[in-house]
Amino acid sequence: MVEKSKYTKRIDGRKFDEIRKMSAKVGVVKEADGSAMFSFGEGKEATTAVAAVFGPRKLHPQHMQDPKTGILRVNYDMLSFSVNERARPGPNRRSKEISEVSKWALVNVLELKEFPNTVVDVFISITQANASTRCAGINAASMALAHAGLNMKSLVASVSVGKMDRTLVVDVNKKEEDYEEGEGPTDIALAFTGRGQEIGLMQLDGKIRPEELKEAVEMGKKAAMEIIEVQKNALKDVRGEEK
Amino acid sequence: MTEKENKKERKIVVPGEIIVSGEDYLPGDGTERNGKDVVAKRYGLADESGRLIKIIPLSGVFIPRRGNVIIGKVLDITMNGWILDLGYATNGFIPLSECPRYINKGDLGDYFAIDDLIVCKIISISGRGIDLTVKGRGLGRIEKGIIAKINSNKVPRVIGKEGSMISMIKNETGCDITVGQNGLIWIKGDKIDNEILAKKAIEFIEDRPFIDGLTDKMEEWFGEVKK
Repeated sequence: MVEKSKYTKRIDGRKFDEIRKMSAKVGVVKEADGSAMFSFGEGKEATTAVAAVFGPRKLHPQHMQDPKTGILRVNYDMLSFSVNERARPGPNRRSKEISEVSKWALVNVLELKEFPNTVVDVFISITQANASTRCAGINAASMALAHAGLNMKSLVASVSVGKMDRTLVVDVNKKEEDYEEGEGPTDIALAFTGRGQEIGLMQLDGKIRPEELKEAVEMGKKAAMEIIEVQKNALKDVRGEEK
Repeated sequence: MTEKENKKERKIVVPGEIIVSGEDYLPGDGTERNGKDVVAKRYGLADESGRLIKIIPLSGVFIPRRGNVIIGKVLDITMNGWILDLGYATNGFIPLSECPRYINKGDLGDYFAIDDLIVCKIISISGRGIDLTVKGRGLGRIEKGIIAKINSNKVPRVIGKEGSMISMIKNETGCDITVGQNGLIWIKGDKIDNEILAKKAIEFIEDRPFIDGLTDKMEEWFGEVKK
């Protein structure tokens, strides 16, 4: 009854449920209170995000202050050299949207009640983009928040699940994002909390059947738990740097 | 720090990680109970002292506590006191009544001027703000000397076990050193060279947050530098 998927092999030779080789590091921005770098893939094919966290610090403008709790502010920015064609610097519609959804994915694990009238600023910079940038950004931000010593329920891991024709794949890259055959590409950005595996972000770009979506979420969950391990190891690896 | 008594190496934990499992343990600072497990709420070193599990922070901003001696900078002068920047989201306030001597209203600027650095003590933290005092020994305006700035989480390392580290630096350099819990350190010596040496020693400690027996290493370091 179902036609066979035209996408039988991934462009870069990965397995369907294989994430690109990840790397992560904390403490990359010395001036920040907490910082981290996260990348999917290596070399030219990588998507790399750097996140820096400042705060809790005083919130300006004052009318945004909340006397009940501290707030989280996320700023996602794609650097002009992160893509082949120079990206126009500065905020745009896309970056504002991603900033906001990243904030929603992260704010529920944070406990900022102790710091009323303050803000925690997270700056996510994409230094190199090859699809799944918002996922790399959230992963870096989650590590940076932990590195800043904030009280958190758990880490957050984010991964994208794509549908190429009728095949579900984990961690989409740029070439797959542009795959146009059959049913065309579908891209779902997902974020999960480390404890409880709750969904913090789900954005769907394309078309998908309900049963396939369920399967995609399960695939994403499994991949996210692998990412959590990478994040944990990076946070624990600070001891090795000194002699 | 308790490195010597506690031989067991403390492990770094991340938020959401289960530190120990069992009803016998008590969750302390930075941890919480989740069913049978004690779970880390923040990033840091997990410390087990008896039944109590707590987390020693490794990074992050300074969180003021009552009784902390800190170094703040005068931001503004009001009718009845001074507003200080403490390197934290909330500013501190020294009321006129917490001053050791009588000051005429209107002459506040003569006692502590704007941009002066003040060694002060936190007397209360409330929703309205942080109240400070300069009544007490060693508190008051910083006159001469230099300031070193470190991450506030490294302050216990600089002080050392029962003040062993800081007294060694004081002896080796002949400087008078006041460590603010917020990471500002006031070094006052008779010669600028000694002050710089003390500052370098403090930077040496800040760069090595995990080494055991740092006091001995520090002694070696002083030996090398003084040659």
